[in-house]
Amino acid sequence: MIELKAHIDSIRKDFPTLQQEVNGKPLVYFDNGATTHKPRRVIDTINTYYVQQNSNIHRGVHTLSQNATSLYEESRNTVQQFLNASSINEIIYTSGTTGSINLLASILKKGHFKKGDEIIISEMEHHSNIVPWQMVCEEIGTVLKVIPVNEKGELVFETFKELLSEKTALISIVHVSNALGTINPIKDYIAEAKKHNSLIHIDGAQGVSHGVVDVQALDVDFYSFSAHKLFGPTGVGILYGKEHLLEKLPPYQGGGDMIKTVTLEKTTYNDLPHKFEAGTPNIAGGIALKAAIDYVQSIGFDFIQEQERILLDYLTSELRKVDGLRIIGDNDHKTSVVSFIIDGVHPYDIGVIVDKMGIAVRTGHHCTQPLMDKFNVPGTVRASLSFYNTIEEIDIFIKALERSLNMLR
Amino acid sequence: MPSITEIEQEIIDDFDFFDDWMEKYEHLIELGKELPLLDESEKSDDLLIKGCQSRVWLKANINNGKINYHADSDAIITKGIISLLIKVLNNQPSQDIVNAELGFIDKIGLKEHLSPTRSNGLVSMVKQMKIYALALAAK
Repeated sequence: MIELKAHIDSIRKDFPTLQQEVNGKPLVYFDNGATTHKPRRVIDTINTYYVQQNSNIHRGVHTLSQNATSLYEESRNTVQQFLNASSINEIIYTSGTTGSINLLASILKKGHFKKGDEIIISEMEHHSNIVPWQMVCEEIGTVLKVIPVNEKGELVFETFKELLSEKTALISIVHVSNALGTINPIKDYIAEAKKHNSLIHIDGAQGVSHGVVDVQALDVDFYSFSAHKLFGPTGVGILYGKEHLLEKLPPYQGGGDMIKTVTLEKTTYNDLPHKFEAGTPNIAGGIALKAAIDYVQSIGFDFIQEQERILLDYLTSELRKVDGLRIIGDNDHKTSVVSFIIDGVHPYDIGVIVDKMGIAVRTGHHCTQPLMDKFNVPGTVRASLSFYNTIEEIDIFIKALERSLNMLR
Repeated sequence: MPSITEIEQEIIDDFDFFDDWMEKYEHLIELGKELPLLDESEKSDDLLIKGCQSRVWLKANINNGKINYHADSDAIITKGIISLLIKVLNNQPSQDIVNAELGFIDKIGLKEHLSPTRSNGLVSMVKQMKIYALALAAK
């Protein structure tokens, strides 16, 4: 235990933003579901890029451009290995998970869906994995089907199977629920998709930071995630897609980098992965994603999962002692996220008061309004922990929570 | 009837007594609890100002050329701030309401609650209060 504490203390030193006071108290950051903090090596990578390497990529013959291109493409290699994708052609850089899903929705709309096709999502999706599909449905007449969530905050697999048919053209569900922390058994969903010849996309925004994702072992068609929830920079994300599918699909945005030749009459498009990457990307962020992945791998998912399990168990058991508290999404397959409400007290009020005591939690509907409607709550308080959080921080949080309840009740 | 600025100053003076954030928020919570509630049946969707964090219901009655505001929120701190805004703007000349800058919120250290990014319905509520006043002034 002492060794573990020393190890976490040393990990925390890697994160400059964790070393501060907020409202006169040491910061307790329990909003990792919104974004994680960045280790120094990610910050240094971004800094070094702008101080020494700044140059546009994929075009210049000069040395700076060549170097920047190498760094950017090395990062793509790292992502490929991180996801165990079979080729770098399957790794598309985007602006984030939302960007990835909108890209996917756009190219499937042009190159895959036809009127009357069905798209299956779930009731626990983030708005980013609802709205793009609704927009496709409005535009071309595909039909949205929704997998319900049970009272424990799990997807109902049996109903999902009933929703499947020869009309199912895509299933797009979340790997880990941002609002509840539920880990969905995506392997089972992927297997069902294959049986019905449907494509399947997994929204991995909350999934990649908590465990190994092996896209080949999963046999998933598309997987998306954001760098900033994986200890990397904001404004960078990944869309993984199987090469033979991406080959067949039409380009997304038009512009520089995604072309092979342009005449005023006709343009031919670039090869994968550049076909889907129009314009100058977030180069510094793209390069820094490698630093983030290297960092996560140096910590190791075995340790991350063990630490998150310890934190989740302790936080859950302490919260259960709070009078009138109800955990939303109370099940056994969760990442270190606890979403809760307290009788007679609004989540917003709790969020405001604990913030005054230096604690960052998320309150509100977490961009999952249909899910909040399902549980008939206006929103929840969500504590989302990461491996750099500690048991001591949970104790501080529980005390602050009790104090806020004394004031608010 | 004291002017908007005079009432604002009274509130600033009241808040000067508080030594720390806790006393200030305790006071705000008390104000929220004292604010006359809108009846559940009155909390209809046409009175609702939807924020991502908390919801606000606002109703305005016009009596003898003066506006009387009634409001409620599902969050108590939001209600406390509503109570202050109502105290300042109730029964004031409509043109004064429209022109009110409400700088007291900043001076009592609650500026963050009136930030558009908070999404607690308060910014939209103030806007709506002014729209009611403007509509009256136009009559």
